[in-house]
Parts: sequence; structure tokens; C-alpha cells
Amino acid sequence: MNLPLSIKETQKGLIQKKYSTVELVDEYLKNVEKNKDLNAFITVSDDLAYKKAKQTDSLLKDSNDSLFKSYPLLGCVVAHKDLFLTKGVRTTAGSKVLNSYVPDYSAIAVERLEKAGAIMIGKTNCDAWAHGASGENSDFGPTKNPSNKNYVPGGSSSGSAAAVSAKLCLFSTGTDTGGSIRQPASFCGVYGIKPTYGAVSRYGVIAMASSLDCVGAMANKTDDLQVIINIMKDEDNYDSTVTNKTSKAKTKKPILGVPNEYFSEGIDKEVKDNAQKAIEVYKKLGYEVKNVSLPHTKYAISVYYIIQPAEVSSNLGRYDGVRYGKDRNTFSSEAKRRIMLGTYVLSAGYYDAFYLKAMKVRSKIITDFDNVFKHVDTLIAPVSPTPAFKLGEKLNNPLKMYLADILTAPANLAGIPGLAVPYNSTKDKLPLGFQLLGPRFSENTLFELAKEFEKHHD
Amino acid sequence: MAKLNIKDVEHVAKLAKLSISSKEVSLYQTQLSSVIDYVKNLSEVDTSNTTPTSQTTGLTDVCRNDEVICANEIKKEGYFEIDKLIDK
Repeated sequence: MNLPLSIKETQKGLIQKKYSTVELVDEYLKNVEKNKDLNAFITVSDDLAYKKAKQTDSLLKDSNDSLFKSYPLLGCVVAHKDLFLTKGVRTTAGSKVLNSYVPDYSAIAVERLEKAGAIMIGKTNCDAWAHGASGENSDFGPTKNPSNKNYVPGGSSSGSAAAVSAKLCLFSTGTDTGGSIRQPASFCGVYGIKPTYGAVSRYGVIAMASSLDCVGAMANKTDDLQVIINIMKDEDNYDSTVTNKTSKAKTKKPILGVPNEYFSEGIDKEVKDNAQKAIEVYKKLGYEVKNVSLPHTKYAISVYYIIQPAEVSSNLGRYDGVRYGKDRNTFSSEAKRRIMLGTYVLSAGYYDAFYLKAMKVRSKIITDFDNVFKHVDTLIAPVSPTPAFKLGEKLNNPLKMYLADILTAPANLAGIPGLAVPYNSTKDKLPLGFQLLGPRFSENTLFELAKEFEKHHD
Repeated sequence: MAKLNIKDVEHVAKLAKLSISSKEVSLYQTQLSSVIDYVKNLSEVDTSNTTPTSQTTGLTDVCRNDEVICANEIKKEGYFEIDKLIDK
């Protein structure tokens, strides 16, 4: 069976009886088994998936496509990053600390997708506690990049990106705190959206850095991402940072900005040249393109690696091995590193020099974006300084790994949305792409821009 | 901002209730020091007139209407009156 690659295609196939939902789930599960060596899943929930598939087939019997208005994701198979609590299904956060933890409630994002008809196939592998940009910090072994198994899929939403890329599901959920949706999406050649901070509820998602964490998704088409986000977003009476704001897409062609600092010397030439090619595509389509500057970009890593570990050290304080999970000796080294870093920068005598200073420079980074968005509507830039790198290449040097977040972390610090768009590959056939960044709540403008690009470059 | 020494690592591990073996301490010392050394570059930025940002929503005091379910709801001047719980 040729697995459908979009929500529309999936539902068309179901209505036309090309396949039943059970047959669809069967095929996905076969793929999951065939691709076991990718290590994309920590838990596969086949029984649950079949149960839901049978229910879906009953609904579809003697039904027409108006059913999809009530259940916009009916028949669509989803894989959830193992940071998302899923009622009755083990949730580990990629860590041995929660190896046997089974939640008794689901994240709001998970609940809403389920209510819309999505069928969960399993929980995807990720860097433990979302600490990482390669998937290699998972306590369950690294996920491999489906384009080349000697390479990382990116992280921390490593399994989620690999699963969509290898057709182990139709779409997946992820979180992006410093780039953890956009970077793996780009490394694996799929679309990934990091919404505005405060668009989608974080309730039921294991917290990493609470002022930076964003719930998002990955898929093969922009249309699908838009449907998925619209279902997940908006107030839920649990997460007090969520509001119902959404900006409509711009009616005029948005003006694109190219931030100089994202095309600097430290960025791989193939990555830069490819992003320039994407800009040329937009120019040919009649978009105005301006060069802009985000002067505090070079401080973003320092700001991020002070604020994020500080918040991590607080959030991971709850894992005391008393109420749930194993004790703190079970944390692996990256978790310990980040907790200690965070504790240090918050400790007496250092708080002002590090944490307070970082919060002030964060304001400067935000002002950089605010200033730039007075002159342009959307920014276009590479996602990562390099394409996917080899497994093990950056393992011995945590700082080197941290520096890879330079093009993604600023958007998290500013709370703005970012959409990773796949485009071309390297001469070694590793996926390449670019990202679109916009002001807070401008997701719809980003989606429209990506759809335009999709239309003219398939 | 000096680099971390062994005592710093042990102190921070104690604060965070993490146990670090003596073999691990020097490795963490090196790794944490390299990060702390890197983030020193923030001192280049003039923030004398900058307010810190702790979160980007701009929201404050977000409340949800509470539902009160109370068996014996006796309201007096906007307060609920209940039986005394603590004796002298």
C-alpha cells in the first residue's frame, strides 16, 4: 500500500474505501517494525491504535465526508514525543527516571488531537528531558536519520522527525525550547512548526524551560500543520500563558527580511547557498526582500544557556523519586550538567552576574526582533549552521553541541513563531531547508508563505 | 567570573541534590567551566538601562473564575464561615 502523505489524501482514501482505517494502521505498524533500527519509538501503542481504528471504521460505515467536519483528523495516525503525557500509555521523557511512569491524564494537546479523530501509534524517542540537538542524549539509545542511518536526525524531537520522514505516522507532535522542532524537522526533510509562545497549552507536557517551551508539530505538508495547530491551540483554563490571539495572514505580499547575522562565516556554505536559493524563489514570485540586522544574535547562546538551565534546574527539582519515577541518581550526565549549570547561575553571589544579566540581554534580543518587524513582515534564514552531522561527532564537547542552537534559540527567547521548510539536500543527500520567523501570533502568514513555496517547488 | 573549581561543582551538586562520583567531578568541572567561560561574553552588552524579561506574553495576574463547592455555604460579608478548626 502507498501510504497517504497528507490529511486530505488519508481521508479521501478512507471515504473512497481504498483502505480501511485498520488496514492503514496495519501498514504504519508494519513500517514501524521494518524500521526498528531507526529507534524512532520508545513505546508503540499498537493495541490502542487498532481499537481506535476499529471505532473509526464503524463511524465511517454509511458515512460521507461531512464526518470530517466533526472529526478533522479522523483516520490520521499521530506519534507523540515522549514528553507528552498520554493517559494509560507509558511516558518517559526519554529518561530512565520515568522508565515505568504511566500517566493518569493526557496533555491538552494530546486530548484535543484525539477528540479530532487522530489515532496515536506510539511515543517517540527524544533527548532525555528534551536536553539536546541530536537525539543522542536519549537514555533509550539515539534515533537514526532516515536519510542516512550514520547521521543524527537532530533533536530533541528526534523520533518525531524521523517517524514522519520514514512514514511511520502521518504527523507527529514535538516541543521547541531552543530549536527542538525546527532543527530535527530540517535535518529529516519534513515541515515543522514552533508556534508563538502562548499559542498552544503546555499542560501535560513535561516541562523543560517554562518561559521557552513551545508545543508544536511536524508533517509532510504545510496545510496539515495549520490544521493540527488550529486544533491544539487556544485557551484551556490550565495554562495561564495561553491566549486566543491569532493574526490573520497578511492580505498583501509580506515583505521578507534576511538577517545578516544568520548568514555569517560560521554557517556551512551549502546551508547558506541553499537558503539564498530559497530567497531567489520568493524574489521570482514577486516578494520584496530586504537585508536586516539582529545585532544581539551573537549573545543568544549565552542568554539561552543561562536562562534555560536555570529553568531546567527548577523544573527537574520535582523528580525526587518519592511521588513518581526513580531517584535523582538515575539522571544521566547531560541532565546533571544542565541542572548544575542552572543551579550555579541562580546561586547566591552569581544570580546578578548571570541570570539577571541574561534576562536583560534577552530584552535586547526581543527589541532586535521588534525593530526589524517594523520594516519587514517575515524573516527567512537557515535553521542550523550545518546539515545533519554524524552520530558521535559532537558527543564529547557539550559546548560545541550548544553552539548549534545559534539560529533557532533567538526565536524562543523572543517567543515568536518559526516554521521550518524542507528544500533540497546536500551533495551527500542529507536534507536541507530554511525557516520563516515572524512576530508573535503571525503563524498564518508563515503558513501562507510556505504554501506559496510548496506550490512552486514540489 | 572565575572558572569553577572542584569545590564549586561539589557545592552546586549538593544544592541540586545530585550525587557526583569523584571520577565525574573533574569532568563536570571542565565542561561546566567551558560553558561559564563562554557566557562571560554577556558582560560586553550595556544593560544599564534595560529591564529584564522573564516571559514574553506580557500577561500578568491571569485568573480563572473559581467554582466553589461547599457543603455548608454560609457567606458573611463576602467570606465563607466555617467551623473552628484549631483550638488553643
